[in-house]
Amino acid sequence: MPFGFFLKEAIRGLSRNSAPALAALLTVMLTALVLGVFIPIVQATTGTANEVRDRVVVNVYVKDGSTEAERTELRTAIERTANVKSVEFISKDEGLATAREKNPAAFEEGAELLGENPLPDTFRVVPDDPGEVAGIIDRLAPKDADGVRVPSLAAIDEVRNKEEDTAKILSATSLVKILTAGLAALLIFASVALVANTTRLSIFARRREVEVMKLVGATNWFIRWPFVIEGVFVGFMGGVLAVLLLTIAKETFIDPLEDRFALLAAPETIDFGLLIGLLLLACIAVSSAGSALTLRRFLRV
Amino acid sequence: MPVVELREVSKIYDGGSVGLDRASTRIGRGEFVFLVGPTGCGKSTAIRLLTKELDPSAGDILIAGKKLGDVSPSKVPLLRRNIGTVFQDYKLLPNRTVYDNVAYSLQVIGEPRTDIRRKVPDILRLVGLSTKLHNFPDELSGGEQQRVSIARAFVNHPPLLLADEPTGNLDPETSIGIMQLIYRINRTGTTVVVATHDNEMVDKMRRRVIELREGRIVRDELSGLYRPDESTTEFAVRLRGELGVGPEGHPN
Repeated sequence: MPFGFFLKEAIRGLSRNSAPALAALLTVMLTALVLGVFIPIVQATTGTANEVRDRVVVNVYVKDGSTEAERTELRTAIERTANVKSVEFISKDEGLATAREKNPAAFEEGAELLGENPLPDTFRVVPDDPGEVAGIIDRLAPKDADGVRVPSLAAIDEVRNKEEDTAKILSATSLVKILTAGLAALLIFASVALVANTTRLSIFARRREVEVMKLVGATNWFIRWPFVIEGVFVGFMGGVLAVLLLTIAKETFIDPLEDRFALLAAPETIDFGLLIGLLLLACIAVSSAGSALTLRRFLRV
Repeated sequence: MPVVELREVSKIYDGGSVGLDRASTRIGRGEFVFLVGPTGCGKSTAIRLLTKELDPSAGDILIAGKKLGDVSPSKVPLLRRNIGTVFQDYKLLPNRTVYDNVAYSLQVIGEPRTDIRRKVPDILRLVGLSTKLHNFPDELSGGEQQRVSIARAFVNHPPLLLADEPTGNLDPETSIGIMQLIYRINRTGTTVVVATHDNEMVDKMRRRVIELREGRIVRDELSGLYRPDESTTEFAVRLRGELGVGPEGHPN
């Protein structure tokens, strides 16, 4: 049978059942709207959380008087350690300069008291996953039987991180990540269920018709195609409406504020074009699949 | 080869009630058969088994020599296209005009549009509805709706026509018109099975009668009556017995 026939049937179905079709369309639109607002928020939040987590580092202090060769050896050793993302060398002088910059007042008066620079040369080690910090420390300076850390190389004076900070950052950011991921999953589930349910209602109203069609010898797909086309249409229209509203909201409210709020300009936020594309696709897929699946029950005659 | 053959067919529903109980019969090409019996005797079950709307619990059903048990679900539509069905409640598509209702069963089999445009008005003229082509079912009387449903069932010229209480919702005069229509279809060579408890109709038409009681075939006679042949006296005796009245008109 030509596509034209199914299309005509779908249009007939929509115009004859405009109330449930409209309800389905509005449901699709609202859920897409909520998702469209929520997805960037989730992404900005996790992006910020990840940025904070990147601040977790391990400091490897180099023994005073170690030779250039020993340092090079140490650097390669650190780079070869598992879970290490990058290594940065900070010399005594650089360290002092940074400290002075951070707290100029303290250096104004007490600079002479220090005499010579007390800071050691340092390797700053960034882990590929902040959760692996403890593992890296263990590898560079394993504990001996008494629980005292023994550096694995002669050039290492001490290996440490800012323990309290690390623990806080890790627990807070992982909580944020879990919460937003949970919310996102719930929201997506609710959206699919809601759209599927509304489509169900609109088809349920026509189940007798489906029965009759089967009794006069229509094949399942002959009955199903018009319903799937209806689903595609409803999903598309609902999605387009949602995308329109999202665009308007973005242009009028979000864009003017972008430079003032870091969260809005978070680098990892999804591209707007990609977002609306995905939303439209999801609307169409859920709506048409919902139609086809709901029909299954009534097709078993 | 018989058009319809039942071999020891039983249908027991999930709840345990009996639809058919070891029913066997053969219906030949071009026959006109009444399926009679009280409500719940298995008439509708038999009709629904023939369209494979239900599957039998035991036994074989053959249509044109093919066992229905061997028909895969995907081939059921093909089976139904060769069987016209008429129901007590018409089962028309409410959102379609008379024309579209009849056209649907041709669209289903992929009939070219030009043929549909020719065949649908033809069959609607045959059933006497040529003036109501563009009315919707709820704008028609019961008799007219049943005519549409007969037109839909017969527009493909199927070799077998099943009717489940086709006059069940209609007044006697309208019923006669419907039966005449079904009879005319039978005269074109189509095998017709009509389930009914319309005794007047059965008695008038004098066709083959298969009587069911509690799922069993208890009678099968050519040119039979709704009730087994009995003289007026016998009938009077039975009536008295059923009413609990003695031969002299006094209560027992």
